[in-house]
Amino acid sequence: MSTSYNERIARINLTTGDIKVETLDINLAKKFIGGRGLGTKILYDEGVASVDPLSPDNKLIYMTGPMTGTKSPTAGRYMVVTKSPLNNMIACSNSGGVWGAKLKYAGWDGIIVEGKSETLVRINICDDKIELLPASEYQMMKSEEVDEKLKELYPNCSVLNIGPAGENLSLLAAIMNDKDRAAGRGGVGAVMGSKNLKAISVTSTRKAMPAFDDDALKAATSECNKLIKENGVTGAGLPTYGTAVLVNIINGVGSFPTRNWQESYYPEADDISGESLKESHLIKQGFCHRCPIGCGRVIDLKGKTVGGPEYEPLWAFGGNCGINDLEAINEANYWCNEYGLDAISVPCTIAAAMELYQEGCITDEDCAGVPLEWGNAKAIVEWTKRMGECELPLAKLMALGSFRLCEHYGRPDISMSVKKQEMPAYDPRGIQGIGITYATSNRGGCHVRGYLISPEVLGLPEQLDRTTTEGKALWCKIFQDLTAVIDSMGLCLFSSFACGAPQYTNLLNSATGTEHTPDDLLEVGERIYNIERLFNKAAGMLPEDDRLPKRLTEEPIANGPSQGLISKIKVTLPQYYEVRGWENAFPTEETLERLKLNV
Amino acid sequence: MIEVRLFATFRDGRGKKCELCADTFSTVDEILSELKIQSTEVAICLINGFHHSTDTAIHDGDIISLFPPVGGG
Repeated sequence: MSTSYNERIARINLTTGDIKVETLDINLAKKFIGGRGLGTKILYDEGVASVDPLSPDNKLIYMTGPMTGTKSPTAGRYMVVTKSPLNNMIACSNSGGVWGAKLKYAGWDGIIVEGKSETLVRINICDDKIELLPASEYQMMKSEEVDEKLKELYPNCSVLNIGPAGENLSLLAAIMNDKDRAAGRGGVGAVMGSKNLKAISVTSTRKAMPAFDDDALKAATSECNKLIKENGVTGAGLPTYGTAVLVNIINGVGSFPTRNWQESYYPEADDISGESLKESHLIKQGFCHRCPIGCGRVIDLKGKTVGGPEYEPLWAFGGNCGINDLEAINEANYWCNEYGLDAISVPCTIAAAMELYQEGCITDEDCAGVPLEWGNAKAIVEWTKRMGECELPLAKLMALGSFRLCEHYGRPDISMSVKKQEMPAYDPRGIQGIGITYATSNRGGCHVRGYLISPEVLGLPEQLDRTTTEGKALWCKIFQDLTAVIDSMGLCLFSSFACGAPQYTNLLNSATGTEHTPDDLLEVGERIYNIERLFNKAAGMLPEDDRLPKRLTEEPIANGPSQGLISKIKVTLPQYYEVRGWENAFPTEETLERLKLNV
Repeated sequence: MIEVRLFATFRDGRGKKCELCADTFSTVDEILSELKIQSTEVAICLINGFHHSTDTAIHDGDIISLFPPVGGG
């Protein structure tokens, strides 16, 4: 009986050059779904938690989900799973585009890359055939050019690659695919660079995936497409303005971190909003594989058509650096894509450097002609490029992220990070629930592991009071678990503005032949969240790593509508551990037994 | 005066913001009627940065922000 799994994984050892075809353990796949869940389970079982993340012992897993490449809406996602060199914990970094679907069409559920090549290499996949090839001619080449050169060789391929930042082992290096889509977070690009692997091109002759029950999948897909089309967010808001529409909303509730979180209201926010981007630079929407939403922005940058910024870089290069120059933000974002850099952590590290400059820790001499002053638009463009090139001493330090930068200057309090990863664009002092998500995220500061902005600000599925703590721990757990399911299925999280657990259950069951109920599916998500936590425990995580920066618990918001508010994470964290069945930040034996993780 | 800030598609044909006389309007719904916006079109109504329903009473000096359904991440 067909399912939407290929039931095949390629294991490629770059030290020996061996390429093995392994049969996917279908029972394991059903227990952890695919993508994020299955990748983490494999990484945990193979003992990767204890290795040096930039050594040949680390493994780099590119894993699709069972829905990837199917006709389901948003079914184009894949996950990069590895041990993060940024924080020595689990790194699961998700990306869209078409690369994941092409890998699936080529006949693979995933690729496990091990070891380290002596020289720079690339992988070329064409259906069953996998080749390991020299790549010295691509050394230090930027993403767009790598993509174009490989398409000259393989006209119908999709390209995944690292830019110079990955080769330079920047801990903020992303893995790019399809030019401007990024598995951005956790320094996954540095792991690829440490293995001397530059790119993976995939060509497939097949154009569709089978399903366990094609008619049922068609019906489930139709229902989801209808919900997405009728929903105001996915059917109108995101297509028209992209994620950048959040700029004015989050600023409007006074939770838009400004000047490295010293303030949380930016009076010039409208200059860098989705509305302004649409007015001044938008050419058209950008779509990932099988996406009916099209939140991507294709923009004009000085006469060149490029991928535009999401909400996060608009905020991080913008208000967080005191900059309202949209053209400069667009350019800095473009250089993040070109060098292969995390477009959240890079601008947040620049913001931290600006505060270090404000405090006199970083000098004009360190800045080599481009002062790290608040509001200096030239600085965000030039320092992004410098961080990609890793030549200047300060740029090399900044390329390791804000935590190491601020620690170097004896001011760790200035790094606005959780587990050494920079926090995204929502101030938990003004939005209490998102603070639980940040503090407890297994991969460090992250908003897309339990997006409580949805109920706390956007009113979806219902409006919660953003300033209170009551019930937020349980909301966080449910959102985290459902997100783990969506990430593991190979779907885009944005589908969840319109669809819920019943719709995801129908999609998965019809594609794979499982007989989950929505409650079962949430338990699978809980299992995935817990296996990530077990990985972190084995990697040396401590309970005190679940914390927010001191600024959020000791310094009330200084300006704007949320002035005076402070994070109550000390109240909500114990509540969260209770609903999770954890003690001292880790699952109890009873929890592991309930989730069948103790065998 | 009451300052009304409009966002996303609410700006079409209406501009970014307007100021209205506080004596003329007692609730957000009355302002919506003036601006020819259906209350069902409003996904987020902020009064001075905090969420409220559109039947909430308004006062001189209030800043009202109105958004249609929008989202992101």
